[in-house]
Amino acid sequence: MQVTMPNELVWLIFLLPLASFIVISFITRLLGNPKFSGYLSIGAILASTCLAFWALFSVISSPHHELVIPGFKWLFIDGVIDIRLGIIMDSLTAIMLLVVTIVSLMVQIYSQGYMHNDPGYHRYYAFMSLFTASMLGLVLADNLLMMFFFWELVGLCSYLLIGFWFNRPAAANAAKKAFIITRIGDFGFLAAILLLFSQTGTLDIAQLHGLAVAGTLGGAALTWAAIGIFMGAAGKSAQFPLHVWLPDAMEGPTPVSALIHAATMVAAGIFLVARMYPLFEHSPEALLTVSIIGAVTAILSAGIALVMTDIKRVLAYSTISQLGYMMLGLGTGGVAVGIFHLFNHAFFKALLFLGAGSVNHATGTFDMRRMGGLKKIMPWTYATFLIASLSIIGIWPLAGFWSKDEILASALENQPVLFVLALITVFMTAFYMFRVVFLTFGGSYRGEGKPHESSAVMTLPMVVLAVLAIVTGLLNVSGWFGSFMGHGETHGFIEGFFGIFSHPLTWVSLIMAGAGVLLSYAIYSARWLSAERIGKLFSPVYSLLSRKYLLDELYERIIARKIFYEGLFSGLSFIDSHGIDGLVNGAAASINNAGRRARKTHSGQLQLYGIFIILGITLIILAMFIFG
Amino acid sequence: MGLEIAFWVLATLMTASALAVVLLPNIFRSALALVVCFLAVAGIFVTLSADFLAAVQVLIYVGAIAILIILSIMLTKEVQHGNLSNKLRLPSFIICAVLLGITIFAMLNTAWPVSAEAPLETTTSTLANILFSRDGMFLLVEIGGMLLLATIIGAITIVRDK
Amino acid sequence: MSLEHYLVLSAVIFCIGLYGALSKRSAVVILMCIELMLNAANIALVAFSRYITPTLLTGQVFSIFSILVAAAEVTIGLAIIIAIYRRHETIDASKINLLKW
Repeated sequence: MQVTMPNELVWLIFLLPLASFIVISFITRLLGNPKFSGYLSIGAILASTCLAFWALFSVISSPHHELVIPGFKWLFIDGVIDIRLGIIMDSLTAIMLLVVTIVSLMVQIYSQGYMHNDPGYHRYYAFMSLFTASMLGLVLADNLLMMFFFWELVGLCSYLLIGFWFNRPAAANAAKKAFIITRIGDFGFLAAILLLFSQTGTLDIAQLHGLAVAGTLGGAALTWAAIGIFMGAAGKSAQFPLHVWLPDAMEGPTPVSALIHAATMVAAGIFLVARMYPLFEHSPEALLTVSIIGAVTAILSAGIALVMTDIKRVLAYSTISQLGYMMLGLGTGGVAVGIFHLFNHAFFKALLFLGAGSVNHATGTFDMRRMGGLKKIMPWTYATFLIASLSIIGIWPLAGFWSKDEILASALENQPVLFVLALITVFMTAFYMFRVVFLTFGGSYRGEGKPHESSAVMTLPMVVLAVLAIVTGLLNVSGWFGSFMGHGETHGFIEGFFGIFSHPLTWVSLIMAGAGVLLSYAIYSARWLSAERIGKLFSPVYSLLSRKYLLDELYERIIARKIFYEGLFSGLSFIDSHGIDGLVNGAAASINNAGRRARKTHSGQLQLYGIFIILGITLIILAMFIFG
Repeated sequence: MGLEIAFWVLATLMTASALAVVLLPNIFRSALALVVCFLAVAGIFVTLSADFLAAVQVLIYVGAIAILIILSIMLTKEVQHGNLSNKLRLPSFIICAVLLGITIFAMLNTAWPVSAEAPLETTTSTLANILFSRDGMFLLVEIGGMLLLATIIGAITIVRDK
Repeated sequence: MSLEHYLVLSAVIFCIGLYGALSKRSAVVILMCIELMLNAANIALVAFSRYITPTLLTGQVFSIFSILVAAAEVTIGLAIIIAIYRRHETIDASKINLLKW
């Protein structure tokens, strides 16, 4: 039994959370009972999730894996511009809808426990709803203008949520940083939109794809447009060198971090590249840029993650690294490869963050040096966290394994140099993830107070996500996901499940991951090697890593202070105070003098003013006769 | 034919009395010329088959406004000074002549979409329907009433002795 | 008679009124001239109504409102003139220069 989804219900997917935002901000906020806002928001997203499942099944059963949904007329000037308010409902959209709604649902349920008694409870759920709604709108949008609109809304919501505890200076600064740095990328995106519009006269994504495939849109314009779009994606998806905002975004509430890192904000960039993929496909330079930036991001941020002591920061750098993987997958393998990793990553990364939040809820700190021994105290958190860690480092047969393996395989095929970087990153990922596991859950407790397991409302979403983190990878064991996304062939499930071991690459990546775990075990659990001594041995590397390649310093001290503040701005300030002010003062003085003279004509004589009014009217009429 | 004679007579009378308003040396006389001018305008309205407006014109302009003006001339003892001009006589004359020229030019060179229909015999009931019907301009009439009320209160406040 | 006759008549009266409003000293005369201008405008409105929309009377309705505003305007104008006369003992517009800086 298969009923195709009616068109109106597709709109509801995005309108329900939006409605929840509006109702919370204008109605339930005033009623006073915070529980109500939470239930409302969760109810809306639950309904959206069900609709998203329905949409997915409709798309699967439709002939070209695409539902055609007529849009509304929006901006229309005959022959110049025709922008419609419409929806694309293809396989990419359906998968993304599912990711966004499920993760958002889990995070919101979890927040019931994490945020209870917070004075900003209403605000939190209102923003969460808006955040989800704008991400869903972004995913559904069928033209670049609409997409840009939701793109900015996502940015705004992340600003609001990162700075949720705005009375903490760190949170306020982090929010500003996230907003400003993503803005640099947005500039590229906007430029690309304008470039595309000036070249083609349309912003409709399907039409642009057609033009790129037909070759009408090509050459330098296409390359620059693709690079501009990628710049936007790099800002949102925290790609090197615009990644610096993401670790600071940890200042927001932990569930927000989970949402930002798994399904919404950072996924937007990957999604954008995937959505505009036909443009990239026809520009080898752009595709190469995506791959290189992706691989470089993956390894550099994995390096930083090795030395961080704050559990959320490790996870943040791990997100950046995984996003790099996705970009590499998009650059070398295509939409299916990149999005499949996004799909899997969304669940286990959300789970990792929720686990970190649960630990924080119990111990009151994010510093791993003051944790330890939580394995016995928090069994549920430990079990789910371990599953997510195994998944992220790519252990067979968990979700992460399948998508990471595909990225490695396509990188090996197309860009062997980048493959080496990616392979080293596998090792580093395994090392830092198990460093977190051993420091947090192994050994004995080093913090204060009596930690306890979190309540069921928090562990339940984690268990759901843990199940997803195990099974989502199986979707592509038979090649189904790839063929759903439009390329690749399907084969038998069992054949794929075990046949993967016939490739030497599988063994190589598993051995790299195993080596990482082993090294981590040696240092942090068995203590065969002392972390301090290794740190001293590689002290220049260590300090470089722990100071994040000095990039913050570069941005803040060199670029912001020296170049902009002392160099550019003081230069501008000189020009301003001497040149422009001189000009302005001079102009003001001469106007003053002129005014002193003109004052005589400014006699207070009403009739003189009348004469000038009539003179003006006469001149206007004459001008209309002569020029009109 | 009768209409044409009426128009030319009234037009001449009106122009002459308007010039008299501006040019007569005695302010009181120019006020009287203004009354003549208002009456001529009422006549012009009749030739345009606007009977109701002609009546309104006589009632309001001749009956009220002209009386007010004459009253204020007497109150301010302006008659003693005479109808003087200021220094801007020549520039205002030039500019008004130019404006008159281009307005007439514009009026004669525009193709007006003149309708061939015959005008209504009586306009009063049609006007009443437009002004007071539910889907007409009733709100505007009410606002006009408010405006007049505000005017009365404002005029009293301005003139009142402190 | 044609529309143009009435329009030209209206233009002539308007410009006479304008000349007076710009060049006379006495505030009362200026007000009188403004009335002339308003009457000229009314003639044009009624003429348009007669020749372009003979049965709809749009222009006549418009001129009713214009007369209403003119009545209000002249009332307030004269009140101001009398108030100024009480204060300054004159209504010579070239001597009343309160607008001057």
